[in-house]
Amino acid sequence: MSAPTGIDRIAEAFASAQGRAALMPYLMGGFPDMATSLAIGEAYADGGADLVELGVPFSDPLADGPVIHAAGVEALRAGASVAQILELGAALAPRLPVVLMAYANIVYARGFEAFAQLLRAHAISGLIVPDLPLEEAPELRAACDAEGIALVPLVAPTTPPERLARIGALARGFLYAVSLVGTTGERGALDAGLADFLARAAAATDVPLAVGFGIGTPAQAAAAADAGAAGVIVGSRLVRAAAEADDPAAEVRGIVAAMADALAAPSAETVR
Amino acid sequence: MSAGLEHRYGPYGGQYVPETLMPALAELEAAWLEAKRDPAFTTRLHELLRDYVGRPTPLYLAERLSEAAGRTVYLKREDLNHTGAHKINNAIGQALLAKRMGKPRIIAETGAGQHGVATATACALLDLECVIYMGTEDMRRQKPNVERMGLLGARVEPVEAGTRTLKEACSAAIRDWVANVATTHYILGTAAGPAPYPALVRDLQRVIGEEARAQLLEREGRLPQRVIACVGGGSNAIGIFTPFIDDPVELIGVEAAGEGIDTGRHGAPLTVGERPGILHGAYSAVMQDADGQILEAHSISAGLDYPGVGPEHAWLRDTGRARYEAITDADALAALQRLARLEGIIPALESSHAIAWTLAHGGSELDLVCLSGRGDKDLAEVIRRLDLGRGGAGEQGVDASVPGGPAQA
Ligand SMILES: Cc1ncc(COP(=O)(O)O)c(C=O)c1O
Repeated sequence: MSAPTGIDRIAEAFASAQGRAALMPYLMGGFPDMATSLAIGEAYADGGADLVELGVPFSDPLADGPVIHAAGVEALRAGASVAQILELGAALAPRLPVVLMAYANIVYARGFEAFAQLLRAHAISGLIVPDLPLEEAPELRAACDAEGIALVPLVAPTTPPERLARIGALARGFLYAVSLVGTTGERGALDAGLADFLARAAAATDVPLAVGFGIGTPAQAAAAADAGAAGVIVGSRLVRAAAEADDPAAEVRGIVAAMADALAAPSAETVR
Repeated sequence: MSAGLEHRYGPYGGQYVPETLMPALAELEAAWLEAKRDPAFTTRLHELLRDYVGRPTPLYLAERLSEAAGRTVYLKREDLNHTGAHKINNAIGQALLAKRMGKPRIIAETGAGQHGVATATACALLDLECVIYMGTEDMRRQKPNVERMGLLGARVEPVEAGTRTLKEACSAAIRDWVANVATTHYILGTAAGPAPYPALVRDLQRVIGEEARAQLLEREGRLPQRVIACVGGGSNAIGIFTPFIDDPVELIGVEAAGEGIDTGRHGAPLTVGERPGILHGAYSAVMQDADGQILEAHSISAGLDYPGVGPEHAWLRDTGRARYEAITDADALAALQRLARLEGIIPALESSHAIAWTLAHGGSELDLVCLSGRGDKDLAEVIRRLDLGRGGAGEQGVDASVPGGPAQA
């Protein structure tokens, strides 16, 4: 057999988390600059991350709240290009599986097949396109399948049951549950209906369920895992740290380590 | 067909939005399909358009403009609608629909402020909460409209991102919708965005073309040779084009050439015709770089200052059914002055692009031009530009740059 595909690597990362939820921090590629974002990505791995979600900065990020939006604008202003972000992915891939987060126009600009080939050539394992819903995804999914890249779909609390089932059945790598009705950003508390929603989403798919949006503290990460997530994605909290800290790499390493500890600690009440 | 509304126009259109919004788009489509077949709804809409908006708007034979152009030119007077532009046709319709869907809160984006004022007006009338997103550069350029929205009880949310114009206002409105979709309807102001908006807005704006076609047939006993409209997102243009689609009539959309197509500082994605892309939920003509980053548009008119365009226009262009050209800031400004002097009508800077195109292009005996709005909102910006351009040379200096005229016709 040939080398493991991107899809294989993602499955392996979830499996090797061994009973605790996999931790997947989000990295805004090129923010605050290319060199620092590489250092941040490595700090994620050092801190105990299982996978990394690598964001491609985009001019018009409709799913993102103020922190990630501003970081993307800043990365573009600093000159980040898609080619550089792919290189960043390739540099991180030996440490942990990389899942690229790119808005649809970034993918369209190069074409589905070319983009999927580029991902594989850069040892990137998966792709999340937050503005490419089920109806628009078939061609890109086929292109990704051909390269062994996992096209990870999103579901939201607003997704009705029948649609959830259709999305879940086509998920590759993992299913990305958006924890709340809104854009990315830290919140004071998890959504009250989260456990219910996660139970519905988990039942709709055979791949692991990861939850993201609004998770910013170790306690929230642990609670999301307790509520049924096999993976936890942390975004704005870490991007904010990268923006504010004097030593971003050291700062995010500490946050990721605290999150990993919280996920490893046996929970008081395990829902699933 | 009793199926849904169109989602695609050739390869263009679609629904490129976060999953959170997909059920809301489906709900909106179903609600519109139902409402437009419900006599209670259509009667109420018709009454409001007649008694409140002032429809039908006049079709005006602009005799002195015709003389200057060397051909007969009729103006469809959307500037005479309540609130001063065609935008109210769509805003009233969607606000009624929101009421029917039980959504108490309305959001909208605005560039020129005309759609914001129209939406704020409809919300006051129908007792809906109203939040309008507007770039701070546009708030400066279109100050009277900001004040109007406030008086009407709307909250204007300033948007500071990017060039602080229409594109960013639209992105901010979509983000609000993602967060508040359960209680909120987004009244998109043009025939762009994810399905079903392009079809919904076209359905609500086609009244422009339906009236104009009947009025012209009655007056002239024939169809126009050309129908001309400015194109920002494309709502007044698709509204006046649609009823003429199957007629032997030339359809011409006029985009903003800004400081000149060659300078890159324009708002003319259809005219330039490069690789299409995705902006604000639809695949269509768009200004972008090689990586797919959306570029910033530029136009003197806030309503045309947008790097994208509605998907149906991209398809009308590709199929050759409509033609798209662009007019510069300077020519639009000159056309505004020219119409003011010739006809006593001060058009919106957006509409002035269509007037300028007509003045500059012969080859027709009978033109129908959509005068999409009035220019009151633009006065401060127009005066500022004229003072700059005049540079002490007096008014003649400006007049000399007016395009077209009898010699060119
Ligand atoms: C008077 C007027 N005309 C035209 C436009 C451009 O929009 P559209 O292309 O949707 O008609 C605007 C937009 O604000 C406007 O206010």
